[in-house]
Amino acid sequence: MPEAPPPTIFERSVAGRRAGRLPGLDVPEAALDSLIPPELLRAEPPGLPEVSEPELVRHFTALSRRNFGVDNGFYPLGSCTMKHNPRINERAAALPGFRGLHPLQRPERAQGALRLMHELGSWLGEIAGLDAATLQPAAGAQGELTGLLLARAYHEERGEGARRTRVLIPDSAHGTNPASVTMAGYETVKVKGGEDGGVDLEDLRAKLDESVVCLMLTNPSTLGLFERDIVEIARLVHEVGGLLYYDGANLNAVMGISRPGDMGFDIVHFNLHKSFSTPHGGGGPGSGPVAVRAELEPYLPRPVVARDGDRYLLDDDRPRSIGKVRSFYGNVGMAVRAYAYIRTHGADGLREVSETAVLNANYLLARLRTLFTVPFDRLCMHECVLSARDLKRRTGVRALDVAKRLLDFGVHPPTVYFPLVVDEAIMIEPTETETLDTLDTFVAAMAQVVAEAEEDPERVTQAPWTTPVRRLDDARAVKRPVLRQPAGEAVGVGA
Amino acid sequence: MSTEAGAASGYLSITPDERARMLEAIGVPSIEALFRDVPEEVRLRRPLDLPPPMGEVELADHMAALAALNTDQDSELSFLGFGMYPHYVPAAVDALISRGEFMTAYTPYQPELSQGTLQAIFEFQTSICELTGMDVANASTYDGATAAAEGVLMACAQTGRTRALVPDAVHPEIRAVLATYVSGRDVELVPVPMVNGLTDPGAVEALLDADVACVLLQHPNALGLLEAAPRIGAACESAGAHLVASVDPLSLGILAPPSAYGAQIAAGEGQPLGNPASYGGPTFGFLACRTEYLRRMPGRLAGETVDVDGRRGFVLAFQTREQHIRREKATSNICTNHALNALAGVIYLSWLGKAGITEIGRLLVSRARYLRDRLALVPGVSIPFPGAHFKEIVVRLPEPAADLQAALQQDGINPGHPLGAHYPGMDDHIAIAVTERHPRAALDRLAQALEARYA
Repeated sequence: MPEAPPPTIFERSVAGRRAGRLPGLDVPEAALDSLIPPELLRAEPPGLPEVSEPELVRHFTALSRRNFGVDNGFYPLGSCTMKHNPRINERAAALPGFRGLHPLQRPERAQGALRLMHELGSWLGEIAGLDAATLQPAAGAQGELTGLLLARAYHEERGEGARRTRVLIPDSAHGTNPASVTMAGYETVKVKGGEDGGVDLEDLRAKLDESVVCLMLTNPSTLGLFERDIVEIARLVHEVGGLLYYDGANLNAVMGISRPGDMGFDIVHFNLHKSFSTPHGGGGPGSGPVAVRAELEPYLPRPVVARDGDRYLLDDDRPRSIGKVRSFYGNVGMAVRAYAYIRTHGADGLREVSETAVLNANYLLARLRTLFTVPFDRLCMHECVLSARDLKRRTGVRALDVAKRLLDFGVHPPTVYFPLVVDEAIMIEPTETETLDTLDTFVAAMAQVVAEAEEDPERVTQAPWTTPVRRLDDARAVKRPVLRQPAGEAVGVGA
Repeated sequence: MSTEAGAASGYLSITPDERARMLEAIGVPSIEALFRDVPEEVRLRRPLDLPPPMGEVELADHMAALAALNTDQDSELSFLGFGMYPHYVPAAVDALISRGEFMTAYTPYQPELSQGTLQAIFEFQTSICELTGMDVANASTYDGATAAAEGVLMACAQTGRTRALVPDAVHPEIRAVLATYVSGRDVELVPVPMVNGLTDPGAVEALLDADVACVLLQHPNALGLLEAAPRIGAACESAGAHLVASVDPLSLGILAPPSAYGAQIAAGEGQPLGNPASYGGPTFGFLACRTEYLRRMPGRLAGETVDVDGRRGFVLAFQTREQHIRREKATSNICTNHALNALAGVIYLSWLGKAGITEIGRLLVSRARYLRDRLALVPGVSIPFPGAHFKEIVVRLPEPAADLQAALQQDGINPGHPLGAHYPGMDDHIAIAVTERHPRAALDRLAQALEARYA
């Protein structure tokens, strides 16, 4: 039986306890209302928890024990690239010269950071096969918004801003793509997938005209399949004056093997927290640099890190820039980690990363194909998408149930129900950092779950059994929302 | 084409022998054959042009050498602020957020394995609601600027109005990001002039009409000064406009919360709460609102519920607002947020506690006032804005502020941030930030340096 849930930090609070001790007042004491107009003063202090440091440390340690990271075990969450997070990268980012560097420090006293940013930008450009890059976007979705605004600036300067309003997106795309299109003020037009899992060229041709801003594409697609018609797709989009946008979520498949710029893409966003190993932190921070062709460089967010001989500087005199998407220069701390990662690997190492990621995914596909339905019978790239459609028809066990039962095996389940174009989708991305033993253990767990589905489906449909909590009531969380500790309970209700 | 030797880095785990067995199981002769779907014309048939690889030992030295080219906040006596502050980060914060269970987890899409992250978000949301007086807080945004931008977009959507008043006294980074965020939308940003370093409440009242969705008020503002928040809040209310308040979370132990002066939305930069500056990020933004805004809130929300056995647990709630469900109809495109930085934030707030949040506010405002009074006595130095402040002050110098900065940095003092690049005519103005890490002796040292220079 799982342990009882820990109380919240507010429920641990006891009036009079505290962890932090601040310096005493070492300047002349003045009444607060002589420093601040009384109408601006707070009447009652906010009800923050009152705990001692031992309680604080125990509490958050207890919470961490109810969490699962890639440090804990296999995490084949498709589209999320949950690879190992090297610890040297953490140490590098924690060096005082990076961690304690103020963004407004004069550039001549931030040369190490600026050099790192400049080099990382040029390496990302080389990996993408493009000419210039910005590190400013805070995450992939912000990279998408940045890319769309760059496309708009490009079309506007060519006098085509008003007529280009539609962004084409395959039906298999990440949800952030259409959401970013809306943020940019454009209209999303869906392009159908073809029989082989790629873009349906007929449908694409039918939707291409001079109102198209760009086509946003993930390659390999969210089905884990390389777009074999990519050259023709690029030709068609460029023929009508549109741009080609590369969602870099799946870049881990092709580093050093094929470059988006060589495929014909004009704008690429990277997810440093996917391909370049920066930790996901339970949902962030990420980092979403964007690389572009030379024609789009003038529009990059300002400032741009520039080089003048041996000196690096922040160029803020960028009259054609789209402006800023985030304060200062982006998540530089994540750039430090990604820089260390690329520096560790070099060219051959990055290619081996992608080769191994693709090897591992194909191995799982080969071993799992008899257990589940394979919607597209091709070699996959860095991830494979299976379907529990037939399993469900036979046994009533759904992809969700398979995922929940896997929790009992100490495995984080694959992504399920995405991409939307595959019924009962199970999307598996093992990444390159796993051992063969881990892959085999996962296959054995999947086989056992399928066997249970046939023999004792309740074992699966009622899973998980061993996790700190079992299936949770999502509907209740919406019907009777409790999104914070009720105010009355917030302070001093005892541990 | 494929690498002959074994793993190029210690991060790969497949041996050459295992690789051969795996290829056999797949039924292909080589790694190369796995890439047969990649058309030859888009294959890269040369190595990437990257520097040669480094082992961990050389890399550690290389990174240290790069870091040593930067002057960090502890290598000089630094008064740099203007949006990021060298507050103390408690040791417990670093220790706890470094735990792999938190640091290496993904978004809590599988709640049964993610109760730690989800409960921490719930506690974070509660802490932000306590600070701001709002009803609902999200799990974090990228930074204070994007939080404010999302807040303005929420207000426009909720009121159905298209103009937002954005005072010049709002930090230039926030204004710049906001301008980009609304650039594709039917939203017009209307500047409000500054008088004595403060948003002119008369100008706000004059500009408020039936088309104005909201006023974005930063309080304390970019110059560290306290705005006439109650008067501006009241003006919004009578015009049917909403108030989006951008606030410093460390001020909220002593300053009235946004709810007290009528804000519907509160946003802010979370960096002061246990996050190092890291050359601008990652930190986190927080965004909180009144209940009526719940369904317009962007980003993730953790909610309490029960499992099938009746045990308390937490889930991501109201996901139907989010991009992975709603796609082009989502409230925002935000997906990744800054969960680990927000975790640092809630640990920091628990470390500080109810007494500490008030104490730190008193300490900061008292030290800043001491320094302001002290600098006012330096010959040639004046206080251009007489209003009340929080932890950052602006002084006017008898020379360009950049000159003072360059000179004092030679002696290990960074006197603050010159304002000329942000505000025309303020070349001789400097913003000086004070924290709990600036004892009286440090403040005196700055004052003495100015006295010596202007004697």
